[in-house]
Amino acid sequence: MTRLLNILLPLALGLSLLMAWEGIVAARHIPPYVLPAPSAIAHALANNFSTLLLSLLSTLTVTLEGFAAAWIAGVGTAIAFSQSRMLERTLYPYAVVLQVTPVVAIAPLILIWVGFDHINAALALIAALVAFFPILSNTTLGLKSADFNLVDLMRLYGASRWQILWRLRLPTALPHLLGAMKIAGGLSLIGAVVAEFVAGSGTATGLAWRIVEAGNRLEIATMFAALLLLGLLGIAIFAAFSLLEWALLHRWHESALKQQI
Amino acid sequence: MSLLTLSNVAKRFDNGTEALAGLSFHVAEGEFVSLLGPSGCGKSTALRLIAGLIAPDSGAIAWAGPRPELGFVFQEPTLMPWADALTNARLPLDLKNMSRAEADGRTQAALARMGLKDFARAYPRELSGGMKMRVSIARALAAGPKLLLMDEPFAALDEPTREALNDDLLRLAREDRITVIFVTHSVMEASYLSDRVLVMSPRPGRIKSEITLPPGARDRLSISFSEGLRRVTSALQEAA
Repeated sequence: MTRLLNILLPLALGLSLLMAWEGIVAARHIPPYVLPAPSAIAHALANNFSTLLLSLLSTLTVTLEGFAAAWIAGVGTAIAFSQSRMLERTLYPYAVVLQVTPVVAIAPLILIWVGFDHINAALALIAALVAFFPILSNTTLGLKSADFNLVDLMRLYGASRWQILWRLRLPTALPHLLGAMKIAGGLSLIGAVVAEFVAGSGTATGLAWRIVEAGNRLEIATMFAALLLLGLLGIAIFAAFSLLEWALLHRWHESALKQQI
Repeated sequence: MSLLTLSNVAKRFDNGTEALAGLSFHVAEGEFVSLLGPSGCGKSTALRLIAGLIAPDSGAIAWAGPRPELGFVFQEPTLMPWADALTNARLPLDLKNMSRAEADGRTQAALARMGLKDFARAYPRELSGGMKMRVSIARALAAGPKLLLMDEPFAALDEPTREALNDDLLRLAREDRITVIFVTHSVMEASYLSDRVLVMSPRPGRIKSEITLPPGARDRLSISFSEGLRRVTSALQEAA
């Protein structure tokens, strides 16, 4: 019953808002280049479906490439940090600098350096830059959170650094990493969209570029259609990582357990 | 024969706290020795020194022969929450890269001896506090230790659970001829378990007095047990 309500209530709200929107646009004769009605957006989506779908795939590819690069770099750097305090001291401030510098500001530079010939690589790199820091910082925290007594116990039994990392530190870091992946997944999508905006027309083919293009032509309904797909993509990414988190943690981690009273 | 001798061991922490000063005692093979003292008297530090997890500032820790296989049990069960009881208890053997089949066999046996035969696949969160502590002891036993170091292992448990675990521990230590150094702040527990109780002074910790208990004192209702209890209690009061 509760689960049904969890689905029904938001659905009912969404539907009534859409109907109100449709009604207001019709009643007040709001022109479609200001605010298109939901039905017009649905039409635009249907009419441009194949183009928009290709754009969706393009943005998805860039997002996933950026995310994968951020994951490898973030987890790799965090592991290196956990093995060498000196390395962490040396590099961490630069990681912070990378984090606090607005990516919009460095995107043009990256586009020039990587080159418009390799536009997708440049976009993925920008997406990766945005997603890198949460993965690095959460994984670093997780690797450090290992139970001190267990570390001592493993040392007592002659464990190597590698064994302590593999058997203790990495599993301890897993919930932190999975939480970071949910954030980083959304961030790499944002990074990909920002990168496409900066890259501008003629090169990029993703959803963000469709939005810019449709905006230039005052096809507001198509803009909304692309926006809708972007939103759905974001939700799908978040849902996928939530599912992964559940699959890996539900047997043992507090966050996934129902409270027993 | 002495298995282990500590002579004039001192340890000061980085923050300046003098944890131990002039700590000297010996432990014979097969003996059950308790370190008894108030909180913060350096009991745990002594145990960690013996385990080799930290080094003394001065003094010596000498073994008769090579250092024996050690087992360590903490106050908390200290289990890996992502691993079931079998995997947790198998940890020392896994670290030695023992074959999975042999390690599983030995670990299953250790779990069975701790009364956890049917809980090998249970995760820590599915176990009670007492059962988690049993897994922790099974993990120490799986490695086949000659010397078991225990740091207030039952302090967080309720009285009946603690008494049951005391009895099991005594039986296992006797069966396997394991030497035990047992840190506790419970007079009752120290008097019940030990062949010898070493009473420590408050910081910096050293041995204030030593009470040898008669072998027949392990009946909680016996006269000799209450006599032992009285002697340990008064020794602790004098040390404070």
